[in-house]
Amino acid sequence: MRFSESIFAARFGITRQDLENYLGEALSQGGDYADLYFEYLVTSSIGIDESMVKSAAQGVSMGVGVRVISGERTGYAYSDDLSPEKIRKAANVAAHIAAAPAKVEKFDLNEGRKHNLYPVLTAPTETAFSERVDLVKRADRAARAFDSRIFQVQAVYADNLRQVLVATSEGRLSVDRQPLARLSVSALARQSGGPPQRGHAGGGGRMDLDYFLKEKTPEYFAHEAAREAIAMLDAVEAPAGEMTVVLGPGWPGILLHEAVGHGLEADFNRKGVSAFSGRMGQKVASELCTVVDDGTIGSRRGSLNVDDEGHPTRRNVLIENGVLRGYLQDKLSCTLLKAESTGSGRRESYAHIPMPRMTNTFMMAGESDPEEIIRSVPKGLYCVNFGGGQVDITSGNFVFSASESYFIEDGKLTRPVRNATLIGNGPEALKYVSMVGNDLRLDEGIGTCGKDGQSVPVGVGIPTIKIDKMTVGGTA
Amino acid sequence: MISNYLLELAQDIVMRARAAGASDAECTIAEGEEFSANVRMREVENLKEAGSRGAGLRILIGRHTGASYTSDLSNDGIAHLVKSAIELADITTEDPHAGLPDPEEFGTLEGDLEMYSPDVAELDTAFKIEIAKRAEDAALTSDPRISNSEGASFDNYVGRHIFANSREFAGEYRSSYCSLSTSPVAREGESMERDYWYTMARGFAGLEAPEHVGRMAAQRALRRLNAVKVETQRVPVVFEPRTARSLLDNIFEAVHGMSIYREESFLAGKLGEKVASDDVTVIDDGTLPGLFGTSPFDDEGVASRRTVVIERGVLKSYLMNTYAARKLGMKTTGNASRGLTGNAGIGHGNFFLEKGVQTPEQIIAGIPNGFYVTELMGFGVNVVTGDYSRGAAGLWIRDGELAFAVSEVTIAGNLNDMLRGIEAIGSDLEFRGSVAAPTIKMGEMTVGGK
Repeated sequence: MRFSESIFAARFGITRQDLENYLGEALSQGGDYADLYFEYLVTSSIGIDESMVKSAAQGVSMGVGVRVISGERTGYAYSDDLSPEKIRKAANVAAHIAAAPAKVEKFDLNEGRKHNLYPVLTAPTETAFSERVDLVKRADRAARAFDSRIFQVQAVYADNLRQVLVATSEGRLSVDRQPLARLSVSALARQSGGPPQRGHAGGGGRMDLDYFLKEKTPEYFAHEAAREAIAMLDAVEAPAGEMTVVLGPGWPGILLHEAVGHGLEADFNRKGVSAFSGRMGQKVASELCTVVDDGTIGSRRGSLNVDDEGHPTRRNVLIENGVLRGYLQDKLSCTLLKAESTGSGRRESYAHIPMPRMTNTFMMAGESDPEEIIRSVPKGLYCVNFGGGQVDITSGNFVFSASESYFIEDGKLTRPVRNATLIGNGPEALKYVSMVGNDLRLDEGIGTCGKDGQSVPVGVGIPTIKIDKMTVGGTA
Repeated sequence: MISNYLLELAQDIVMRARAAGASDAECTIAEGEEFSANVRMREVENLKEAGSRGAGLRILIGRHTGASYTSDLSNDGIAHLVKSAIELADITTEDPHAGLPDPEEFGTLEGDLEMYSPDVAELDTAFKIEIAKRAEDAALTSDPRISNSEGASFDNYVGRHIFANSREFAGEYRSSYCSLSTSPVAREGESMERDYWYTMARGFAGLEAPEHVGRMAAQRALRRLNAVKVETQRVPVVFEPRTARSLLDNIFEAVHGMSIYREESFLAGKLGEKVASDDVTVIDDGTLPGLFGTSPFDDEGVASRRTVVIERGVLKSYLMNTYAARKLGMKTTGNASRGLTGNAGIGHGNFFLEKGVQTPEQIIAGIPNGFYVTELMGFGVNVVTGDYSRGAAGLWIRDGELAFAVSEVTIAGNLNDMLRGIEAIGSDLEFRGSVAAPTIKMGEMTVGGK
């Protein structure tokens, strides 16, 4: 899409000259750099509970954020009104961060190259509600039909269509149309007398509605959720202490997001507050580990044609054969560190200042057969599904919570295990990776990452891996 | 500026929804101005300032519901808002329990709840930057092992909340807050740790001194240095107020009316039963002046109130909005909560554990070998089963004293047993937000380490 076709030009009548004028106002007190981020966001969601569609909502929000950078200082203001007076007022508020005569008078805005990673003609948000409501009804029916022990099902379908425009004082002009959809299903199972257990599944991405009709159907997610709830009915107490842990492929890649991803965001490293600070070129993982953050994978939840500062996204190698190779940069960090952009500047909305963030973070496939990995473990834990995770950047300690796992005894999967948190230290944990499977899988498209109060959609992925030593937080 | 413009707009939106075919409607409008200043290493890092507003609408056509929101309060924006909500009633299911509260439930608290302090809007930017710098500086100068920082920030907000419905309820209130926090980094040899401290109040006068905030943050970061991982063992676990508060979050989730009717809480069906030790009394009170969980009415127009949730260990009440109450055959407790969009959910007022008599020092003094938890990590709490397993850091208790720092361990148990196993509650209850707890001592939990 070109600027002239964007909603901002076509519907709100914003011209290139307007953008240049606003940038001029933003830099009227001096300053090294300014950018404008226009956003028009349409969202919808539909929820089913007790087999009734109890909630349906849609909404529109729009606004513009104006940022001025002067040295290491950032001024930021935004407006939810796209009238010229309000945008100029925001530009003037942001301008006050600098205190010098204006340096630049002219900005030649040019639309640069960008990817076309989600060529969706009709975004899910633009389809009829009658089609979308069927997704939650089908999920509800399928989960209940899976097993008579399923007694509660909730499903939520949510989508949005975000249209953005970024214009910078360096002449960058980008527009993008970012569709996103997600279906999630939660099921509760109970058998005679015992406590209930929950199972959860979901997925989606930047695709059209056909994805849920032809590829990953409501029945697929419903069966996954119901299967997990039923499996957990027989779960035994989780063990406590250090042991061998095998992670299954896909969503368990959340390990990488917490253990290394956040620690490699350039803002923390620029400030010297990350456990990975000053470790570039050092060994931080076993040589079997190559970890990549790639914002250019087609249709993925974490992918973007351009980041929220107008830079094309890239494939960035973070760890190569165990050696730390790169940080994730936003505009401010790459200016201060004199580094190249990695297309990692992201923000939750026009009301937020961009930061270095992950996109899709995963470990490259290795050579081991996944079954051979499990066979190699005399006693350990095999984790296939997780809730969320968290990291303390400075100490490097991270956790992630296993929602479905099994004991490995004499190389075989045996009993299911109740929820347990796994804990480790970022620069140390991956040194214990002793086998990496040939079965790299990306997650289903359900992750949301939080940092400094800002949420953005992300993806993770991992092949089956074996970690020789990790602390498991059970009770037994 | 005091104006009834937004209140009238909310009532107008309700009327327009009725005219478009809604049998009932409720409209929320929120308007606010935010400011934040971040400093790092004694220099300004970010300044952010802006105002925003938006409207949310929920309608019923019979027992079918629909909802919408917009940040566009122009005439066209409102027309679209109304049309969006109405069209969604076609796809929702007829739900016999859906609807506005019963007429006798509507109400609002009278008198000044001290939610708004005019001094917040009057603070000038240079002063706020100075306050943040003083907090960070106090941390940086407190010890040579603190030479780096993630900075300090001063934030403030003033806002207005409006709610009107088609049963003639219309109300509004203003609120304000300001907060100051700092996050220093302590380093010794290979060990690097950060921690934070913050203060938050409805008005500037209620904040702790910046120097106190800086020194507290520094002490907290320093005491984490050179932490070790302990052996896996079962020991008494003491939660300091900052981590004890998260247990109150877990209890709130477990008494949440929606979780109760869906039977997805370990406390479902246990009303009137003993669920915690005798020392445990948990209150939800939305009426306490000046506190962060206080409001004159909830997000359905029902007056806020005080509800005893657990009294001396016995589960007395769930927390409910109108919908959950109808599902359970009970009455709303005035805990409806929502953003701009969707059906009302359930929130808490000031949700807290009543204080005990022992000081934290007295509690610790009685423990020969135990774990004092100052930080919890992750999401390993399953409210359906009560299974509890979280990452933790803190200090090891040896012979009644805080002996050395511990990190990279887990603590685990089951909330059923944990609530019954509370052996002591501290006298140090303090409200630093809408959820509060004093120091709590659990009889025994599993600490997972080496």
